Amino acid sequence: MTDPVLTVEDLKITIGGKPVVDGVSFQVAQGEILSVVGESGCGKSMTAFSIMGLLPKAARFAAGRVMLGDVDLRALPESGRRKLRGDEIAMIFQEPVASLNPLMKIGRQIEENLAIHRHIDPGEAKRAAIAMLEEVGIPEPELRYGQYPFELSGGMCQRAMIAMALICRPKLLIADEPTTALDVTIQAQILELMKRLREETGTAILLITHDMGVVADMADRVAVMYAGRVIEEAPVGNIFAGQEHPYTRLLLSTIPRLDGAPKTILPTIEGTVPDIGQWPVGCRFNPRCPLSDSHCVESQPPLTPRADSGNAACWHSDRVGAIL
Amino acid sequence: MSETLLSVRDLKVHFPIRGGLLGRPVGWVKAVDGVDLDIGVGESIALVGESGCGKSTLGAAILGMQRPTSGTISFEGKPIVHGEPAALRAFSRDVQIVFQDPVAALNPKLTIGESIAEPLAIHGMGSAKERRERVAELLGLVGLHPQHAERRPNAFSGGQRQRIVIARALALNPKLLILDEPVSALDVSIRSQILNLLLDLQKRFRLSYLFISHDLSVVRHFADRVAVMYLGHLVETGRTSEVFANPVHPYTEALLSAVPLPDPIAQRSRKRIVLKGDLPSPANPPKGCAFVTRCPLAEPICRETAPPLVALDGGRRAACHVRAAA
Repeated sequence: MTDPVLTVEDLKITIGGKPVVDGVSFQVAQGEILSVVGESGCGKSMTAFSIMGLLPKAARFAAGRVMLGDVDLRALPESGRRKLRGDEIAMIFQEPVASLNPLMKIGRQIEENLAIHRHIDPGEAKRAAIAMLEEVGIPEPELRYGQYPFELSGGMCQRAMIAMALICRPKLLIADEPTTALDVTIQAQILELMKRLREETGTAILLITHDMGVVADMADRVAVMYAGRVIEEAPVGNIFAGQEHPYTRLLLSTIPRLDGAPKTILPTIEGTVPDIGQWPVGCRFNPRCPLSDSHCVESQPPLTPRADSGNAACWHSDRVGAIL
Repeated sequence: MSETLLSVRDLKVHFPIRGGLLGRPVGWVKAVDGVDLDIGVGESIALVGESGCGKSTLGAAILGMQRPTSGTISFEGKPIVHGEPAALRAFSRDVQIVFQDPVAALNPKLTIGESIAEPLAIHGMGSAKERRERVAELLGLVGLHPQHAERRPNAFSGGQRQRIVIARALALNPKLLILDEPVSALDVSIRSQILNLLLDLQKRFRLSYLFISHDLSVVRHFADRVAVMYLGHLVETGRTSEVFANPVHPYTEALLSAVPLPDPIAQRSRKRIVLKGDLPSPANPPKGCAFVTRCPLAEPICRETAPPLVALDGGRRAACHVRAAA
């Protein structure tokens, strides 16, 4: 692997003293797409916000390191982090309409990043913004440049937000459920766009999603999170071919397959996702796990190497393949 | 197909765009524009399409929440638009809806027992004691404990709340359930539980489902037939397995190819048809075929006249000048 663009080490985030992210580590290399998968409350979005230095007020960065290349983001003063945001690290959010300033023309919002980070003259910034709008596939970029967000469709707003995020050619793009609010036809356009940009600019992408189809389409590597921890991570082909954590295996099996028998009973995962602050002792998946035994209730399994590639955190990883 | 339960003919729902000083209509949004659809007893039919295609408006019109501009809807052979009051009352018991967001669908101040009993009370069915018994029975049906009736919604998870909403929808022994994105708001690990419950209930009570969804892997698993909507029109209908295996309409083909498969090898080896642009505004649809602005196969005739929905082999219908010539 080339030098990682992003290194997250033993990240811990708490809200009101209760952990929401509890010892998460991963790396993303240049040009790589790492997909972080998990259900609501697993800590995937908090992890993303902490990288951007945009944690909500109630949340506290309790421990760990976040490195962009060899820069420790935590050691930087806020002014230093502000310099990186929008320049070397950019983020796109789930709700494009809510993330754009409704009172500011699209073109101005895209230029803002350039004005802050590149100090180029207005004419040049405008040309760059229009070129960027064209690059993300917005028709009539000169017209759109002068329009407000409400004059654009949801898919176009999402593309405008991607244009904003990419105008400074970031080393790292964090995409938090970038297509969840969009129709599948528009999703297809956005995913193709992200792939193309990764190829052309070598941007590393941290893609947060719960859609296994999007993961299968986009990711080079996958990290599965459950209750604040990464419980399995591996190259995408390996994780779909074989799982060494019961949660990963069950999660994949509950999705109806396009080649499966219709109207059959689908496998289910018993129980519900535990609430933050009410995580079980031992392995956090143990109350819902078919392999759970006394050992799982007593102690938390560490991430250990999988048979092929990657890591999984299960005391019974050799028996996971026999579930179902 | 089994006997027809619901029959929709040439249904149109147009909304006025009001403008000017007097608020006169200056244009019309043709949300549903001439839809024919039949639902059989015990059948699941999925309505798919992008947001703005009119699928939720069609669902609302069938439910009687939205008055159609023209066209007919009949239920068990009886017309229900401008129908007899008694038939309308019976119909309002026979058709129920399950919404996407179970948190918004339940009154937080009522116990779930009160919520589930509310339709019974509205229709004046049973004594208070009988209603309590019915609530207990319904909670059992959806996999919850009868003791839960005294609790309020905030004591339940999203998946459990959707079970409660389903219990309430079943209270009046309906024949048709409209399921508007019933699992989209739920965690992935919970979705299969709710899908299994709906399949089980359908088998036990011979329920018919109108399933509105944009998740095509769920549609493929769940529905007997699928109806694809585009800009207020049905562009293709047929048996789900056949439509998925061999789509006729270019829009169906593009829609299916846009859904990423949860399998990296299969997904990366197939060709994706990426449609250009967005859905046109239903207030200003293109002339001719509604899909012409995004269609890779468009020919001159497509810009002139709208293609009719043509019956093809195997109960398939499609509306395309190029692929389904009459």
